[in-house]
Amino acid sequence: MNQMQNFTKGFLKENPILVMILGACPTLATTSSMVNGIGMGLATTLVLLGSNTVISMMKNVIPDKVRIPAFIVVIATFVTIVDLVMQAYVPSLYETLGIFIPLIVVNCIVLGRAEAFASKNTVWSSVVDGAGMGLGFTAALGVLGAIREILGSGAIAGFKFIEGDGILVFILAPGAFIALGYLIAVVNKINKA
Amino acid sequence: MEYILLIISAILVNNIVLAQFLGVCPFLGVSNKVSTSVGMAGAVTFVMVLATMVTYLIYVYVLIPLGLGFMQTIAYILVIASLVQMVEIILKKISQPLYQALGIFLPLITTNCAVLGVAILVIKKDYNLVEGIVYSAATAIGFGLALVILAGIREQLELADLPSGMKGAPIALVTAGILALAFMGFAGLV
Repeated sequence: MNQMQNFTKGFLKENPILVMILGACPTLATTSSMVNGIGMGLATTLVLLGSNTVISMMKNVIPDKVRIPAFIVVIATFVTIVDLVMQAYVPSLYETLGIFIPLIVVNCIVLGRAEAFASKNTVWSSVVDGAGMGLGFTAALGVLGAIREILGSGAIAGFKFIEGDGILVFILAPGAFIALGYLIAVVNKINKA
Repeated sequence: MEYILLIISAILVNNIVLAQFLGVCPFLGVSNKVSTSVGMAGAVTFVMVLATMVTYLIYVYVLIPLGLGFMQTIAYILVIASLVQMVEIILKKISQPLYQALGIFLPLITTNCAVLGVAILVIKKDYNLVEGIVYSAATAIGFGLALVILAGIREQLELADLPSGMKGAPIALVTAGILALAFMGFAGLV
């Protein structure tokens, strides 16, 4: 597989959330607007890049039996770094995303890529894989956030273009489940065709 | 009275899955059958209460005195992972039937964000130890309730004729959405 395919597989064919249904919690919780969704996606991408790089470098040093705890410590370290950086530089986004920043630790995507890809491949491939998967996740969050924002408040990225209140339920919890359900159904259809 | 409000709020009003979006992966993953979902609910309740108790004590008596509050995430995930492992080993030794009922779910719980989420929320909301335990137990019951209801609906959905794209996760998510809509009716309760 060349690096280009390695990079693009995260967007549609192996999209972590839309095809593999990993990381559903932050997806549902942070996509009440497009900007929040993309912010969460980028935070996850940073962690994924860091953890994939370090784990692929250390793959020969980590004994097989304790690899999962070792991976988790590496991931938790990067999450803590991202957490502190966001707290310092984008405090308003940090407030909105709240508890879901520390919870990147238990996002199955990050551990999944460490186990399935970074622990078996070279550093460069792992970086490309992390970037592709992370940006694919970000794109999915952005699209879902945009759909919910347009339907729920008639706005996109904060710019209101439809008068009135919109379909409020799409901003609230039920709308998140329903919108993601239909989005996955559409992607299923595209991938099968 | 205060505790009763806390319990009602955690189970119905701010349901962990349907209103706060924590633990969605196991919620979708093990809701195919009512019997497995009951097992999962039991395992989560057990681990969540234990994990909240232990992480609270570690935060207050170890991390804060040492000025290591920023190590919260790393410390918690390690504590939860080793706790789950320990519970698995102990259960295997002392109660074979319980181990068989809960055993396969235990490794899954480490990556259940609801457990870590509740442990962090207890600190964020400034609960004391008793409130924390009550809150985590009630949250776990809320998780179990949502899980068992969804499993019951999905068992019936097996018989329905769905468009091919909607099979599996999509229809489960839409069902969960409608369930969340129903739970919004509790909003004025507390």
